[in-house]
Amino acid sequence: MRQRSHLATGALLTLTMAACGGAAPRPTNGSTSDLEVLYRARTDSTRMRFTEADVRFVTGMIRHHAQALVMAAQAPTHGAGPSVQILAARIMNSQQDEISLMQQWLGERGEPVPEVMIAGTELILHGTEYALHMPGMLTPEQIWKLDEAQGTEFDRVFLTYMIQHHRGAVTMVDDLFGWDTATQDGVVFKLSSDIQADQLTEIARMGRMLAALPDVPLGGVR
Amino acid sequence: MRFPARLSLTAGLLATSACAPSATNSKAALSGPDPAAAAAPSPDPRIGLLPGLFDAGEATWNLRVISKTAPPEEFVGGINSDLAFTGKYAIQGNFSGFQVWDISDPSQPSLVRGFVCPASQSDVSVYQHLLFVSGEGFGGRLDCGTEGVKERVSPERLRGIRIFDISDILNPRYVGNVQTCRGSHTHSLLVDPTDAENVYIYVSGSAPVRPATELAGCSGALPDEDPNSALFRIEVIKVPLARPEQAAIVSSPRIFSDLVAPQEHGMAPDDIAAIERAREGGAFVVDIGGDPYVLPPRFTDPLLDSIAITSGRTAPTAADSMALREALPAILAEIMGDDNSLRTGPTQCHDITLFPSIGLGGGACEGYGFLIDIRDPVNPRRLTAVADSNFSYWHSATFNNDGTTILFSDEWGGGGGPKCRASDPKEWGADAIFSIADQDMKFRSYYKLPVPQTPQENCVAHNGSLIPIPGRDVMVQAWYQGGISIFDFTDPARPQEIAFFDRGPADSTRLTMAGTWSAYWYNGVIVSSEIVRGLDILELLPSAFLSQNEIDAAKSLSADYFNAQAQQRFVWPPSFALTRAHVDQLERAGGLAGDRIASVRRDLATAERASGTARREALTGLAARLEGEAGRTRSPAKVRKVASTLRDLATATR
Repeated sequence: MRQRSHLATGALLTLTMAACGGAAPRPTNGSTSDLEVLYRARTDSTRMRFTEADVRFVTGMIRHHAQALVMAAQAPTHGAGPSVQILAARIMNSQQDEISLMQQWLGERGEPVPEVMIAGTELILHGTEYALHMPGMLTPEQIWKLDEAQGTEFDRVFLTYMIQHHRGAVTMVDDLFGWDTATQDGVVFKLSSDIQADQLTEIARMGRMLAALPDVPLGGVR
Repeated sequence: MRFPARLSLTAGLLATSACAPSATNSKAALSGPDPAAAAAPSPDPRIGLLPGLFDAGEATWNLRVISKTAPPEEFVGGINSDLAFTGKYAIQGNFSGFQVWDISDPSQPSLVRGFVCPASQSDVSVYQHLLFVSGEGFGGRLDCGTEGVKERVSPERLRGIRIFDISDILNPRYVGNVQTCRGSHTHSLLVDPTDAENVYIYVSGSAPVRPATELAGCSGALPDEDPNSALFRIEVIKVPLARPEQAAIVSSPRIFSDLVAPQEHGMAPDDIAAIERAREGGAFVVDIGGDPYVLPPRFTDPLLDSIAITSGRTAPTAADSMALREALPAILAEIMGDDNSLRTGPTQCHDITLFPSIGLGGGACEGYGFLIDIRDPVNPRRLTAVADSNFSYWHSATFNNDGTTILFSDEWGGGGGPKCRASDPKEWGADAIFSIADQDMKFRSYYKLPVPQTPQENCVAHNGSLIPIPGRDVMVQAWYQGGISIFDFTDPARPQEIAFFDRGPADSTRLTMAGTWSAYWYNGVIVSSEIVRGLDILELLPSAFLSQNEIDAAKSLSADYFNAQAQQRFVWPPSFALTRAHVDQLERAGGLAGDRIASVRRDLATAERASGTARREALTGLAARLEGEAGRTRSPAKVRKVASTLRDLATATR
């Protein structure tokens, strides 16, 4: 019964939309299919306006972001405080989305696409020949130290290392902007400017959070 | 909703499609808002819309699409950005230049000029005969060429504000530039009520600082290394209206200096609930940096033990626990010391909304929202700042009409991310609404597009404007591929959606940049700049949430020009629609008994049929009766408001 009424609603909606709701826009000139062909041709041609510096940046940033995912994924299991939990969850969400966007960018330009695999604190990337170490990335010892920390101590280590990590990303953007011909590609300009603006904002926020942490050693005071 | 009777069965469905018939105005005068069918459509028709670049499925509710116009050929494939309006024209920015549309017939906008002059993001503003366009990216050229600028240092590059003379709008004349160190991501126009000779532009730029070899004096160093750093400041440009080519930066206010971290409220409700559960369970909850914080047992247990031992006991008791609770703030203060003010404020604003008639600006500045005193245009001064742990990147601000509420948006992810999925928290990438009192801001609520979008749709809070509904705070807002949402935030603690328009994804296989960049009210219609699909124009339909009289009152206002970031105060001219809009609101709020509402409406109809002295006497008579009974009603202030609109109407009657 319920199923049937849903079907009826769906059919009616489809009808009303076919009648008018989904009507194509009035083209200024030409038909909408012509417009779509033109759109594809234009976006295909501007897509090829990239340089090796852009590819190196995007590939490197995927790896850089992937390590941020490794770090942020520790927060729920290491007794992070509420502010750090929110921050870590947002970093996971944002940087995962940006990784997808960067993978799509490389794929559409026929470049090798690094695949990210994360197992605990292990980070494995397949499919890239570019640099393995980017500014600000944590050393294996730092990753281990983060994994060892709990509670307030985790918050402190996490914030300290994530500030270091974000500063590295800001440096990567600065380096990219230093290359002639780089970021002519609008997507890379937007992506890199957004990364820099977002991460500078987060560095400021993490600095405040770090300053607000109680100076309590693991296991209690005095 | 008022539909012809034969349509009543399907009215609910039709209202969700673009072809819902316009309600006729004839009955609106005598009947108020329809109390029935107040609920939003369920299931939400925005879910499951068919994808398509120029032929996507659509859902509308309490709105009608008047026209959808694709971009002109030379702008297809470019990125449409913000809108500004002057007279009968809408000026639509595009990363490839700008387009001038004649919208005097909103069902058939006609392109009168496409001006190719690439720059990101081509944020546009108009004032009198001048058009201002923002340039931020590295490819913008002084000569408007499309070949870009490849060299890192080049005399050909434009990053800053372009100025056009549009006295003849069909033939804009490029009359000048003001170059800035960080370029112009956005800009805001400030019309100083005391200065008729000049107009001011506040420039915000979020891209990196250019080298001094390209523009003398630019420095990206931190201010303690270089006091002339282009970071941590905005630029104020003064434009002499008679000599726009002489426009120049007149000050670089450091509105960020000495910013002490403001208290953050912003925990998600689930986190607050978790804290409350812990508190009820006896946990020690302390305030750290404005957030409640549950102290772990490994912190509190040794303290409890030491209190117990001091009192000669081997195990802590409830009294020891109480003693610890009292002592904790002091213990924490000692532990944390007073080195609590890290100088890591924002280096720039994304956008600043200026509201000169109340002397305030709302700055959306990286991790902060600012309230700014702009009474001296050249020397804006920060009054207060708020932060919010749920906010990623403060994007823009909108004041309500009387300046008592301010809404900030969070462009989490920069606008290219799909931040409206069911899995994305509703506090993230949303609007935050604050009350303004005593030059301070108090958080009241979040508003986020109340329907999930697909992972292929970039979606986050973006540009919008007030809709001039008298007596209410109503806003139309663009959410990229989340479409357009219209909501009421008269009660800043309870924003509520009252209308929407949405399309299916531009591409169902991948995330592409598309959707509504900005949606603004301009002289009776809602104009939306669609990133790839062109220009959409919509109109409000009456509903249980908004009466025809309220819509007519909104349409009674007309503006000569409009820039969203330069707010102008609405002052409604006296009209029967205005009075009836307030009567409808009185009815909706239950402020007067139903039969009294009906008799007021009859008296209004009688007055409208009369003219001259008879009309004046009918209006003042009704006003006097309402003033007399106001104190005995449930909404004395609103009843008096109706009376005052009647007196204004009487005064305006010839």
